[in-house]
Amino acid sequence: MNNKHKIKIKEFIIEKFLLLFAAVSVATTIAIVFTLFGETFLFFKEVSIVEFFTGTKWTPTLQPRNFGILPLFVGTMMIAIGSSIIALPLGLGSAIYLSEYAPKRTRQIIKPILEILAGIPSIVYGFFALTFITPLIRELIPQTQIFNAASASIAVGIMIIPMVASLSQDAMMSVPNSIRQGAYALGSTKLEVASKIVIPASKSSIAAAFILAISRAVGETMIVAIAAGQSPTLTFNPLNSIQTMTGFMVNISMGDIQHGTIEYNTVFAVGALLFMMTLTMNLISKAIVRKRKEF
Amino acid sequence: MSNFVKKKEHGKWISRKLKNHLFHLTLIITITSLILILALLLYQIFKTGVSWLDWDFITSMPSRFPEKAGILSALFGSIWAIGLTALFSIPLGVGTAIYLEEYTNSHSLINKILQLNISNLAGVPSIVYGMLGLAVFVRLFNFERSILSGALTLTLLILPIIIVASQEAIRNVPDIIIEGSYALGMSKWQTITGVILPYALPGILTGSILAISRAMGEAAPLIIVGAAGYIAFLPNGPMDSFTVLPIQIFNWTSRPQAEFQNIAAAGIIVLLILLLSANAAAIYLRNKYQNRIE
Repeated sequence: MNNKHKIKIKEFIIEKFLLLFAAVSVATTIAIVFTLFGETFLFFKEVSIVEFFTGTKWTPTLQPRNFGILPLFVGTMMIAIGSSIIALPLGLGSAIYLSEYAPKRTRQIIKPILEILAGIPSIVYGFFALTFITPLIRELIPQTQIFNAASASIAVGIMIIPMVASLSQDAMMSVPNSIRQGAYALGSTKLEVASKIVIPASKSSIAAAFILAISRAVGETMIVAIAAGQSPTLTFNPLNSIQTMTGFMVNISMGDIQHGTIEYNTVFAVGALLFMMTLTMNLISKAIVRKRKEF
Repeated sequence: MSNFVKKKEHGKWISRKLKNHLFHLTLIITITSLILILALLLYQIFKTGVSWLDWDFITSMPSRFPEKAGILSALFGSIWAIGLTALFSIPLGVGTAIYLEEYTNSHSLINKILQLNISNLAGVPSIVYGMLGLAVFVRLFNFERSILSGALTLTLLILPIIIVASQEAIRNVPDIIIEGSYALGMSKWQTITGVILPYALPGILTGSILAISRAMGEAAPLIIVGAAGYIAFLPNGPMDSFTVLPIQIFNWTSRPQAEFQNIAAAGIIVLLILLLSANAAAIYLRNKYQNRIE
């Protein structure tokens, strides 16, 4: 009886302990929101919101200081769009191949290769961009600057291909085989099954995968810090040197920034905007999947 | 008449088949080019770095002179940071997964809140975790720019990955053996430690190894937390300042001299060897595990 009681108390304590562990992840979210928005609040005490969102000059460390985020925002968007042009078709193509065309054997060889690509750290892609992709682009188009948005976009694109491929493939594989076989029995070719049955049936999950991948490109840091440059100028030319939001954050953190200065708060303001952008994309992607649970 | 229709249909069939073959070919070219890119990337790094990779490189401190520079302090910094990260993140992640899978109903409010929260955390860019680490660990807790601050930051970064992988592994434990354990009069915790965890262990380990190798390649959050670019001593404890392999590589890559590109590539080779062996271990564990289930 006494023993039973002891076990009960022990079980109770363990459960509360595990709850405490689970609470860490909630505390993380709360801490992210509080730290980012706390410092951002201080930032907006000194800088007007209108200037931040509409200004076209970004010189937070130089006199006269300008805090217009547009150059960084446009830089980030250039990387996001450029990498999507690479990653979405190639990733979707790989997914269709793996899900509809590839024999089992081939799939077993290609899956680990995609996993290796996914496991390579972004710093390595950054090195590859700077020492291989950039010289290649400059060979083709000589007026390209050493640091440029195009090279970084290509590298970010390569980096997110495995993510697009594996998420889209999972979506396509979850289309029931009976539907496929029905279409084959009616004489469809594989292309028709893929384009008229499998993709329409899994399109919302594929869209969700695309959005997640773009959100990943927006938050990507080391590739752009190495290859895209450090010039926050408002340009739409991918052959020019740019700076992204993440690139700015890394760049300014390489120096010793003191707490309480406007530089310190600036990093958090940019970080808060980045956080809001990726969070919005992640929530949209989740909403798409939830709205249409296909099967 | 009917012959004419047949011919027309046949022509259509040929063109449909042709389209299919063309598309198939396009897909094969796509996949092949992906494999080629991977090969090219590895070749480029190997070619640039391998002649600079020797025992001296592994056992020397960084230096202003590329021919003398080595990776020892970064290697030790990485081992320290990753060791502590594993120590913190695995118990936390597995504990959370156990709580979610065994102590809460999947339709309960607390479960839904936790799940939504974890999946959102998984999508937060790693650099944002760096800002969290800077504000909370470096400043609020006053851990300074130390290994401890870095490891705690990496812990929060990879926690969602470990939780999700562990949940999956725990969910795959057959109900029948869990019920068997309860039928024998075991308590909940006895069932968890005696039946569920041993069964789910390979899955948990695979997920943890992959998560930790992700942490090993991260540079951005640690730069924000304040890992230094140049450290010429070996860390003695968790409160020392430090650098890690990816940051050392970043530092070398950013220098204009060509020789530093070479040692950056040599550093990447060391990093990739560590990561690929971790990945190979994870894949091996997974395959062994799958065979056991089948």
